[in-house]
Amino acid sequence: MMPVPPTPEPPPPPVVPPPGLVRSIIGRDHFWALATLSLLIIYNLATNPHFFAISIQDGHLYGSIIDILNRSAPLMIIAMGLTLVIATHGIDISVGAVVAISGAVAAAMIGGELVMSGGTGMDDVTRFSMPVVIAAALGVSLLFGMWNGVLISSFGMQPIIATLILLGTGRGVAQLITNGQIITIYYRPYYAIGNGFLLGVPFSLFIVAAVAAVILLLTRKTALGLFIEAIGINPLAARLAGVRARTITFAVYAVCGLCAGIAGLIVSSNVKSADGNNAGLLFELDAILAVVLGGTALTGGRFFLLGSVLGALIIQTLTTTIYAAGVAPEVTLVVKGLVVFIVSILQSDKIKAMIHSAAPARRAQGGTP
Amino acid sequence: MTDPAPVLEMRGITKYFPGVRALSAVDFRLLPGEVHSLMGQNGAGKSTLVKVLTGVVTPDAGQLLLDGQDIRPQGPLEAQRLGISTVFQEVNLCTNLSVAENILLGRGGTSTVAIRWRELRRQAVALLAELNIHIDVTAPLASYPLAIQQMVAIARALTSETRGGNAIRTRLLVLDEPTSSLADDEVKMLFSVIRRLKAQGIAILFISHFLDQAFEISDRFTVLRNGQLVGEYPVAQLSRMDLIVKMVGKEIAETAPDRASRTAAADAPAAVPVVQARGLGKTGSVTGLDLAVAPGQAIGVAGLLGSGRTETARLLFGIDKADHGTLEIEGKPVRFSSPLDAIVHGMGFCPEDRKHEGILAELSIRENIIIALQCKRGIFRSLSRARQDEIARSYIKLLGIKAPDADVPISKLSGGNQQKVLLARWLATDPKMLILDEPTRGIDVGAKIEIMAEVMALCDNGMAVVFSSSEMDEILRYSDRVVVLRDRAKVGEMAGHDADEQKVFQIIAGGSP
Repeated sequence: MMPVPPTPEPPPPPVVPPPGLVRSIIGRDHFWALATLSLLIIYNLATNPHFFAISIQDGHLYGSIIDILNRSAPLMIIAMGLTLVIATHGIDISVGAVVAISGAVAAAMIGGELVMSGGTGMDDVTRFSMPVVIAAALGVSLLFGMWNGVLISSFGMQPIIATLILLGTGRGVAQLITNGQIITIYYRPYYAIGNGFLLGVPFSLFIVAAVAAVILLLTRKTALGLFIEAIGINPLAARLAGVRARTITFAVYAVCGLCAGIAGLIVSSNVKSADGNNAGLLFELDAILAVVLGGTALTGGRFFLLGSVLGALIIQTLTTTIYAAGVAPEVTLVVKGLVVFIVSILQSDKIKAMIHSAAPARRAQGGTP
Repeated sequence: MTDPAPVLEMRGITKYFPGVRALSAVDFRLLPGEVHSLMGQNGAGKSTLVKVLTGVVTPDAGQLLLDGQDIRPQGPLEAQRLGISTVFQEVNLCTNLSVAENILLGRGGTSTVAIRWRELRRQAVALLAELNIHIDVTAPLASYPLAIQQMVAIARALTSETRGGNAIRTRLLVLDEPTSSLADDEVKMLFSVIRRLKAQGIAILFISHFLDQAFEISDRFTVLRNGQLVGEYPVAQLSRMDLIVKMVGKEIAETAPDRASRTAAADAPAAVPVVQARGLGKTGSVTGLDLAVAPGQAIGVAGLLGSGRTETARLLFGIDKADHGTLEIEGKPVRFSSPLDAIVHGMGFCPEDRKHEGILAELSIRENIIIALQCKRGIFRSLSRARQDEIARSYIKLLGIKAPDADVPISKLSGGNQQKVLLARWLATDPKMLILDEPTRGIDVGAKIEIMAEVMALCDNGMAVVFSSSEMDEILRYSDRVVVLRDRAKVGEMAGHDADEQKVFQIIAGGSP
C-alpha cells in the first residue's frame, strides 16, 4: 500500500498586482498590434524620411502623421461603437450604410445649392442651420441604430441578419435621400467637421477624443462595462444575476448607430459631398477588423475600446502606406488583406500557446511555492 | 496476494499551475479488467490526473508506463492511438449526425475515396450490439436520450483509429462523470456495459461524485486530496464513512446540523411571511402554487425530475412571468417581470445548471461575486474597485473558496468552489430569501456539507431559504418544512420533524400522507 503523506499547508497564493489602468483599457494582448504599427511606421520612415515631419502652416499642423490621424477618425469612432456591440456577442454590419444615410441627410438639409455672390465666389447658404442639420443627421442615425436594437433585443433576431437588412436597405434609403445623385456641399462652415483645425489640431480628432471620453466614462466609471461583458459571455446567466440584458443590448446598437452617424458627418464633410452609393462602402469590414486587431474577440466578453482605436489607426496607416508605396490600386485590397491575415494569425490562440510553451521553465517556476 | 502486472502505472506525477500545485508526486496504477475509481473532492486533482493520462496536460515531473513502456502522449488523439480512450462528462458528439456517423466518422476504415455507408452502418450496429444496445443507427443522435448518447460515446471511444488497417485495441477506458446526467435505470444500463467491458479485460478508470455508484461498480479506489495521494484501497476494505474521511481529511460526521429535530421554526406561524404565494402559476408551468415562507425558515422542495421544482423557482424569482395568482413580499403585493425585480425585492437564486445559467465563465471571481449587488444598486451607483476587492475577499474567506486570488476567472475553479462563488454573489446582496435549485448537484461531499452548513447558518440569522434537491437525505435533513410537488403542482406540505422518507415518497407516488 502507498504511504499516506501528511497534508502540507497549501502554498500561499502569489501576490498578483492589480492590473494597471492602461493595461486594463488597452488589454494584455496588443503586442502584435503595436508591433505591426511600429513596423509600418519604420517602413514609412525608411522610404520617406519626412514621415514624422510636422510643419506648421497657417497655424495648423501638417504632415503625414497628422494626415493619417485625421483620415482614421471616422473608422476610430465606428470601431468604438462596434466594440460595444461585439462585446455583447453581437455584430453590426450596417455601419457603412448608416454612414451614407447620415451624410445624405446632412447634405440634403444643407441644400446642395451653389449660390454665387458678387465676384468673390460662393455664399454660405444652407436651408437649415448647422446645429439642426447635425442633430437631424445624428437623430436619424440613432433611430436606425435603435431599429437594429429592437430587432435583436425584442424580436430575438440574429444580429448579423438584423443588421444585414439595414446594410442593404440603408444604402437604398441613402440613395432615396440624395435622389441617386451625389450631392455636393457648398456650405463652408460644414467643412470644419472633417477638414477644420482647432488649436492647430484637426477638429475630427477632438470628436474622436470626445466620443472616446464619453464611452470610456460610461463603460468604466459605471457598471455598464461589466454588464456588457456579462451579456457577451452568457446572456442567460447575466439576466439571472439581474442584468437588464435586453435594455443594454438595445442600447449598444443604438450607440453604434449614433457612432456611425458621427462618422458619416466627418466623411461627408471631408469630401464635401454625400454619395449614397459609395460613402462608407465596406466600412463595416474595416471596423470589424479594427475591433479584432484591438483585442476584442468576436465571441464577446472582454472588450478594449482603446485597442479598437489602435486597430483603426493600423488599418488607416496601412492604407496610406500602400498608397504611398505606389502599389497599384487593384492590388491594394490584397496587400491589406495579407497584412491583416498575418496579424490575426499571430494573435490566434494556437500561436499564443506555442509562444507560451516555448518558455515552460519560467511558468513551472512561477508555480513553485 | 500478488496483483497481475498493471496496464498503466503513473509514478510521481507532479503538475503546477500558476499559483497552484495541482498534483504533487502522485502514484496511480490500473490493473487489467478492473474498475478503478478515482475519488476526491473537487480540486483534489482528479481531473488533472486524467488530463495527464490523456495527454491534455503535460506533467512537470513523473513517469507514465503503459504495459511497462514509457509513454508521453501529447494529446487525446495520441493517447487514443496508444489505447487510452476517454468519455467525458458532457457528450462531445455531433447530435445532428446519425448514430453510425458519430461512432465511426474519422475513424479510418473507410479507406477508399468515398465513405461506404452500408459498411459503416453494419460496423456501427455490430459495435453497439457488443454493448447490448440495439437501436436504429441511421437516426440522428439527438433523437435518443442522454443515456444512449453516452453509450454511443463509449462505442466511439472503443473503436480506436485504425492505421494501415490495424485496429488498435483499447486497453484503458476513462469515464469522467458518466452518470451525472443519467436517471437511475440508465445508470444500471451503463453499469452493465461497464461490466461487459471489464470482462473483456479492459481497465476502466471511473470518476463519479455519487459514492453509492462508486461503491457499486468499483473494484478499487484511489483517493486524492489537495493534489496528494492519500492511498489506494480495495473497495471491500473501505466503509462509506472511511472513504469520506479520507477524501475530506477531517472527521466530519455525515450528519451535518439537523434541522428536522427543531420544531420552533417549523410550526410557529410568523407574523408576516417573507414570501407568500397564493394560487401562483403560469399556464404550461407550475400552476396554483400556495406557499408561505417565514423569515429564518428553510423550505425543502421535493419531487421527481419534471415535477416542477425548477419551474417553481423560476416563477418565484420572476424568470417566468406568472399569469395567475398573487405574490406578496412581506405583505405587499408584487408582480415580477424580470429577475431584477425579484432581486430588488430582496431575493436571490442559485440555478441548477451552474455552467449555463450561473457562472460568467470568463469573468473573475470578484466580478462574479459583485455583479448581482451591482445590478441591485443600479448601473450608475458603481462599486469602487476597492469596495469590490473587499467584498470578494471577505466572501472568499467566509466560504473558504479555494483560489489563488480574486481576479482568477471563475471557470478555473472546481465545481464546488464555483457554487460557493455563486452563493457569495447572492449573499453580497443581503437577501431576505434565497432560492437554491439543486445547490449541491455535481459537488463533492465536503463542499456539499460546507455549503449547506453556511446556508443553514444564514437561515438561523433570519434569512428565508427555499431549496430543492433530488436527494431525499438533504431534504429531510435541512428542511423546516417539506413541500412536495408532483406533475407541476404542489401536492403536499408538512413540518420537517414530521417528515420521513416513506411519507414523502407516498405523497410523490400519489397516496395520501
